[in-house]
This record gives sequence, C-alpha cells and structure tokens, in this order.
Amino acid sequence: MSKPTPPLPRWADIVLLPMINLFTALFLCGLIVLAIGENPITALEVMINGAFVYKGALGYTLFYTTNFIFTGLAVATAFHARLFNIGAEGQAALGGLGATLVAFALSGLPSIFALPMALAGAALFGAFWGVVPGYLQAKRGSHIVITTIMFNFIAAALLVWLLAGPMLEPGQHSPQSSLLPEATWLTKIHEILAWFGIKVAATPLNTSFLLALLGCLIFWILIWRTRLGYEIRAIGQNQEAAHYSGINVTRVIIITMAISAAFAGLMAINQIQGVSHKLILGFTAGYGFTGIAVALMGRNHPIGICLAAILFGALVQGGTELDFEFQIITREMVLLIQGMIILFSGALAYMFNPPLARFLARFLRVRTKEKNYG
Amino acid sequence: MADFLYQLLLSLDATLRIATPLILCAMAGIFTERSGIVDISLEGKLLSGAFVAATVAAFTGSAWLGLGCAILAGIIMSLIHGFACITHKGDQVVSGVAINILASGLTIVLGIALFQQGGKTPSLAKESRFTPMEWWGVEMLDSVPVLGVLYRQLISGHNLLVYLALLAVPLTAFVLYKTRFGLRVRAVGETPQAVDSAGISVSLLRYRALIVGGALCGMAGAYLSIAQGGNFVKEMSAGKGYIALAAVIFGNWKPLSAFFACLMFGFLEAATARLEGYEIFLIGEIPSQLMQAIPYILTVLLLAGFIGKPHPPAASGQPYHK
Repeated sequence: MSKPTPPLPRWADIVLLPMINLFTALFLCGLIVLAIGENPITALEVMINGAFVYKGALGYTLFYTTNFIFTGLAVATAFHARLFNIGAEGQAALGGLGATLVAFALSGLPSIFALPMALAGAALFGAFWGVVPGYLQAKRGSHIVITTIMFNFIAAALLVWLLAGPMLEPGQHSPQSSLLPEATWLTKIHEILAWFGIKVAATPLNTSFLLALLGCLIFWILIWRTRLGYEIRAIGQNQEAAHYSGINVTRVIIITMAISAAFAGLMAINQIQGVSHKLILGFTAGYGFTGIAVALMGRNHPIGICLAAILFGALVQGGTELDFEFQIITREMVLLIQGMIILFSGALAYMFNPPLARFLARFLRVRTKEKNYG
Repeated sequence: MADFLYQLLLSLDATLRIATPLILCAMAGIFTERSGIVDISLEGKLLSGAFVAATVAAFTGSAWLGLGCAILAGIIMSLIHGFACITHKGDQVVSGVAINILASGLTIVLGIALFQQGGKTPSLAKESRFTPMEWWGVEMLDSVPVLGVLYRQLISGHNLLVYLALLAVPLTAFVLYKTRFGLRVRAVGETPQAVDSAGISVSLLRYRALIVGGALCGMAGAYLSIAQGGNFVKEMSAGKGYIALAAVIFGNWKPLSAFFACLMFGFLEAATARLEGYEIFLIGEIPSQLMQAIPYILTVLLLAGFIGKPHPPAASGQPYHK
C-alpha cells in the first residue's frame, strides 16, 4: 500500500472534490468537441444561453429539473439503505400508467378530488414496481440491481403492449393514449404568476416543480428525522448490525423500495399531468438512469440533489439549443456529458481524493505554521 | 406437417443469427462476472464495437480491420471499467451505467461528426462485410432429403462470426475449467483473499478477465454492424447486452448453460416474428411484447430461486481491498 492519505477537510469533500470531478468530465467532453472540429467554448456558451438566458429558457430548465429531482430522490432513498435502484426508469413508466388509469377512471369528478387521486395513482403504481424487486431482494436474495434492470424491460414491454393495443387512442398511429380529463391537469407556473400580474414566457414548468421541492423536504425529514429513516440508514451502514439491533431488515428494505419507487413514479406527473396530458410511449426518456447521476453528485442529500438536478436540467435544455446552432453537434452531446459525469462523479468519485488531500494537507500545514510564527 | 417442419427449420436458422451476439456477449459476461466484476456494461461495449467496426470498415473497406478495431474498442471500454472499479475501487454498477451512457453518447456524437447522416454510418459494400459462407458440398447434399435442407439452411450459409461465436463457447469452457488462468479467474471471483495470499495479483487477473470480455463484446458488435447488418445505426445494440447478461444469470454463470439460454432467448425472438398475427389453438394470439418480455421474466424468476438455485460468484460486486 502507498502511504496513508491525510483526511480530506469536510468543505473540500463536499464542494471542492465534486467540482473537480465535474470539471474533469466537462473538460474531456470539451476535448471531444475539439476533436470533431468545433469550438467547445462556443458550445458551452450556446448551452448556457439556451439553459438560462434566452426568454423562457429558465422555465424549461426547471421543468426538466423537476424530473431529475424526482428520480434523484428515488435513487437516493434506496442508496441510504445501500440498495441500488437502477429501475427508476421502469417505475416512472408504471407511474405514468397509474396516473393515466386513475385519471380516466375518475373522469367527470372535480379537480380537487381527481387530481390528488391521479397523483396518488402515479406514486402507488411506481411503488408497486419497486416493491416487487424489494421483496425479491429481502426475502429471496435476488440481486436488486439485476431485478430492477429486468423490471425496466418488462415495464417497457407492458407499456408498448398497452399503448399499441388496449389504450391506443382510436385513429392514432403513434403509441399514445387519449387526452386525460382536464380536471387532472396541473397548472402551469406562468399561469399562476399571471394571476399576480407577473408576466413570464409560457413554459411547460408546472406545479409539480413545487411538489418536487416538497418531496425534497419530505425526503430530508424521512431520512434524518424519523425512526424509519434511522432504520434505513442503519441497514445501509451495516445490515447485520441493524438486524441484531432488532430492526426488521426485510420489512424496512421493502418499505424503502416502495418509497424510492414512489418518488420515481411521481416523475410521470410532471410529464403527463403537467404537459402532454396523455400517456406517450417512451416519456421517461432516460430520466430514471440520469437519476443515478443526480443522486451520486448530490451525495444523496436533498440540497445536493436539487443542485445536481438543476445542472442536468440545464444540460438537457441547453442541449436542445445545440441542435439549432451547430451542424454537427446535436442534443445527443448531452448523453456524452452525462456519461462522463457519471463516470467521474460516480465511479471515479474518489480518484482525486488522495492527491487533493495530500495537497491540501501540505498547504494547510504551511498556513498554520505561518500563523504560529506570525 | 412438412411446411411446419420447414418453418421450424427457418426459425432455428433465425435463432442462430439472433443468438450470435448474445452468445459472444454472454461469454464475455462469464469471464468478467466470474472474476468478481459485475458487468452491466456489456451493452455499452457491444454498441462501441458495432460503431467502430462499421466506421473502420467504411473508411478502409476492410471487414477484417473493422473487426480488429471493434475488438480494440471493446477492450478500451473494458479498461475504462477496470480503471474505475479495479484501480480506483469505484462502484462496479455505477461504472457500468456510465459506460453504457457514454457509449450511446459517443457513438452518436462521433457518428454525426464523421458521416453527417444523423448517427448512421454509410452502407457498406459487400466486400467490406462478413458475408454468408457456403460450405463445401451443399450442392451435392441438396439431393439428400432431410439432411440436404438441414445442411444448407442450418449448418452452412452463415457468416464467419456466427461460427466464431459457436467456437467461443467450448473455448470459454476450456479456458475457464481446464487452464491455470481459468482456475484463477474463478478463484478470484469467489475468494480474492486466497488468490492474493498465493502471491497472485487480484487486480491484474481481473484486468485480464475484463480484456477477454471486451474483445468478445467487440466481436459481437462487429457482427451487428458489418456481418448481420451493413452499417451502424444509433442504439443498434437495443438491449442485447442486457439480454446477454440475463442469459449469463439464467445459465448460472456457466458457459454451456448460458449458451443454451442464449439459444432459447434467440428462439423466442425468432418465434415472435413468425407467430405475429397467428391464432394459436385455445390461446389466441400471443402479444409479441409478452414474448419479448419472457427472457427478463424468466431471469427474475430464476434469480428469485423459483426455477433452480442461482450461484453467483461469491465476491461479485466487491472491490478488493488489500
């Protein structure tokens, strides 16, 4: 073994290290842009303008952010119990199915009743798709990573079958359902602001963004302020010890997966109740997978998750702008950036830890010495 | 009846063609997973291999160069995986997810930059592809009733990579069970401490297993884009890497069983195409989506211990700390 590394100061671990990882990822993407003959600085500028500066850009960015907050919370909930929920994609798809079915079942009822029930439908259907892998992990010992991957594909097949057959809007060729009853639509933020006389550009940003923020608060209370949260973290730290301290590990694992998957399921309401107002095949568009990156970058903490979600929201929105400005860089560039970020902020998260710790230790020691002599 | 048998034969023929990339990827997965590394990045390596094969073949006109570079691409992706989760002890699942997303992003970005066809590569001429090989004596055996058809359809008339995939199975079994390297790979996936205390480097062994796996995935990729198909299309791996992973698990991490799992999954897909629109007696029409979901459902059932007992490598998923 090499010589032991000094511990990294807390601020460096929380702020500096993730920043270094992020910049390494972006730097490598920049090199690739350079290699294909475009200017990475211009590309970055286009993305930043597209994500924050242009009229309505921020609304779109926060709309995508909402998706990432939900899936980020989903992955993070499971992470606290050291469960790897790779199935947020499928759980979100099921959530969309639940939201749609409930909305149709309650058509004709007033919004005040139908809307919350539709949201509950999203959460419950999503949760169901997480409970089964949770049960299989806790009771039958099947590896949750593999089970949730398989469940993503099963969910996809289920939705293709439903949307190409029983749920297909008559006369429609692309796989999508009919329009939901209007009582179950969510209000757009720009409409709400207009009530107060504030005029902003019309964007798809809707009230589910506020729900996502509420979700962050609930997540924080759940994980750090409740008995269940304590049990979840205890299992994450040491399952054996948790078991011997009297925690019902099986029960807590299943509940954790239910909550995790419910968060993922709620992602669907932003897309369906918020914007499209119908179930469209493939509406999850990889948000579930990116949730892994959001949770990792956000260190499984709600504030971090929000910040990471904004970053990824900005990437998606800024990426669409690339299509307009460049011939050979398209929005798929964002996939590359996401992959790089997951690699450096996730799998290689601690690569820079030892050198940074050594550097900081030397630097800080020199500083304290100076202080002593001064 | 004769018609049914002929249809069956055609299905078997299609099975082999569909199963080829699955077999190669499954053998790759067996090497890496048996060495104790969770390999959900089969999909990404397969996709990279497919892209590089088609690109190189398009530029050089040589299928062989395409294959060689695809193998290299698979190995490079494997080395990234290894760098993250062997050298830096990162999470193997996270690293796998990263590689899969990276591969889909990189292949599209580079594909558009190189060819400006929306992520596709140009269609390859026949000379720069692996085309079906007609075996010796097909004409002669044609006159023999059953054997002739079997020989022409099932045994002869595939491209080189199909035969390589079939060869990869006994080779994997041989390497895994009859060589020193294979013994060590299996040991390092069960108890890396024991291997380490015998003075053998755990990291080096796992890297070597990953390299073998990367090469096999690269070959599978080349099959998709320059043998079965004639160009690269974005996301052309379409979940085949995950099905191969399912086959590895379904085959209980054993080469021969995984091979049969691949054939079964391949047959399901081939049958799906043929059964579309057919009413089956008493059952009615089976939705093709259900057929497509069967590999995943079976894998879940197997892992849960409802069909036999799974034996994953004991040290799977854990980075080795010396």
